[in-house]
Amino acid sequence: MTRELPLLDAQSISKFYGSRSGCEEISFQLFSGEVIAIVGESGSGKTTLLNCLSTRLMPTSGSIHYLGRDGVARNLYQMSEAERRFLMRTDWGFVHQNPSDGLRMAVSAGANVGERLMAVGERHYGSIRQTAQNWLERVEILADRIDDEPRTFSGGMRQRLQIARNLVTAPRLVFMDEPTGGLDVSVQARLLDLIKGLVNDLGLSIIIVTHDLAVARLLSDRIMVMKEGRVIEAGLTDCVLDDPQQPYTQLLVSSILKG
Amino acid sequence: MNDEVGDGEVLASYNFAYLDEQTKRMIRRAILKAIAIPGYQVPFASREMPMPYGWGTGGVQVTAAIIGPEDTLKVIDQGADDTTNAVSIRAFFAKTARVKTTMQTGKATLIQTRHRIPEEALTNDQILVYQVPIPEPLRFLEPRETETRKMHGLEEYGLMHVKLYEDIAKNGHIATTYAYPVKVAGRYVMDPSPTPKFDNPKMNQCEALQLFGAGREKRIYAVPPYTNVVSLDFEDHPFEVTKFEEPCALCGSEGAYLDEVILDDKGHKMFVCSDTDYCEKQQRKKMQNLGEEAKQRAFS
Repeated sequence: MTRELPLLDAQSISKFYGSRSGCEEISFQLFSGEVIAIVGESGSGKTTLLNCLSTRLMPTSGSIHYLGRDGVARNLYQMSEAERRFLMRTDWGFVHQNPSDGLRMAVSAGANVGERLMAVGERHYGSIRQTAQNWLERVEILADRIDDEPRTFSGGMRQRLQIARNLVTAPRLVFMDEPTGGLDVSVQARLLDLIKGLVNDLGLSIIIVTHDLAVARLLSDRIMVMKEGRVIEAGLTDCVLDDPQQPYTQLLVSSILKG
Repeated sequence: MNDEVGDGEVLASYNFAYLDEQTKRMIRRAILKAIAIPGYQVPFASREMPMPYGWGTGGVQVTAAIIGPEDTLKVIDQGADDTTNAVSIRAFFAKTARVKTTMQTGKATLIQTRHRIPEEALTNDQILVYQVPIPEPLRFLEPRETETRKMHGLEEYGLMHVKLYEDIAKNGHIATTYAYPVKVAGRYVMDPSPTPKFDNPKMNQCEALQLFGAGREKRIYAVPPYTNVVSLDFEDHPFEVTKFEEPCALCGSEGAYLDEVILDDKGHKMFVCSDTDYCEKQQRKKMQNLGEEAKQRAFS
């Protein structure tokens, strides 16, 4: 039996902003179908790390290999920009905290979902619209809103639309930056439920950044706790959250309000 | 060109075709590059012209850079030779370059146009110069110029179809009727300036060289002769040219692009050819035919 190659293999990722460090010496592997949560307080380097991993920000040092659909692991930062951008709009997804960063607010919901399909060469209006319709249903947006612009949508709907827009090309890896931030608790719960369902159905791999340990516990298989740009503790989510070893993690866990 | 007066005294005058020679050279370099990369927008150091932006400063600079003393110039504005803009630009070059001007498409070697391609097929010894207000077809979809350049560079044109999708979703058909995006030579997506989409098929495999000048935006692009120009569309919503229900009210021709002319305030209107030269020719032909029919009737 051959050993499975990791989908994403990050080795000693560091990012410095001048002399100040964003994140330092971070190494981990993500396997297909796995959900990893990156937690930590704000300013701990979570988003910097996520941006480095998703090629949105060039790391100062370190390497990231991604396993293509052809079974070859390639160094992301040695690919051409064209290849990287192609990867980003087909095999990857990126869900922003603020949906207006990830959506075209002045273009209808249907076109938002269909954009990636058109970007990879789909040229049949009817089938683009049908696919968009299916995805809207899947993320619980009423079919009659397909021609409405996302600026007329509520925060929760926008976030669901953003997810649909990202998943339409059946990506294998999705990056999420605080996807539940700014949503009220009941909407958050529904959204998490939806993401969990999609992960199970589609076998997605996800790297999710959150400061909300409840989100991490619900969604992720593994967790990395960051503090001052470094990963201070990592492991299976349940292990880390139920039996935190580091004082900082203990503090984080104990600071969750319990009902 | 300097006019000599008396004993070598020189009367201050404009250089041939208004622009100085260095500027013309700079523009020609941009034009050559544009021809070498069909549909690619070449930046150039657009000059202030003695006319406001939006009146064709880009087209005028291109024309000034390529016009020679032997050229015969035709200028049209929305297809017409006798509208303000066309008359002024024609007069401008008649004065500064002393070239012959014409209103007849067939007699012109150089045609500057705003919004229309003449109905009469162009030939390979003619050049068509377009005045372009906004050269970037992705402008209203992606406001960042850095990003649109990258998109052109990497041939990422999915967004262009998003616009067409929106059209169909909102109107049931592709409602873009002018500045309809085209793909040039299978590579660059180009905005054919605000010409009606009726004229798009004329750009394809056109015998004449087509040059586009955007003065305010400082861009020049080109379609060389005999180049494929394909209008973007969907498989189930193919590109269609505008069709008119009635023939031209003046010359009776069908299959020409018509303008709506309001006749009074009681709702009366008529549709006439926007290409005035073409319309006049058709009218003359019609009169001749009528005359010959009358002659034949008289002798039979």
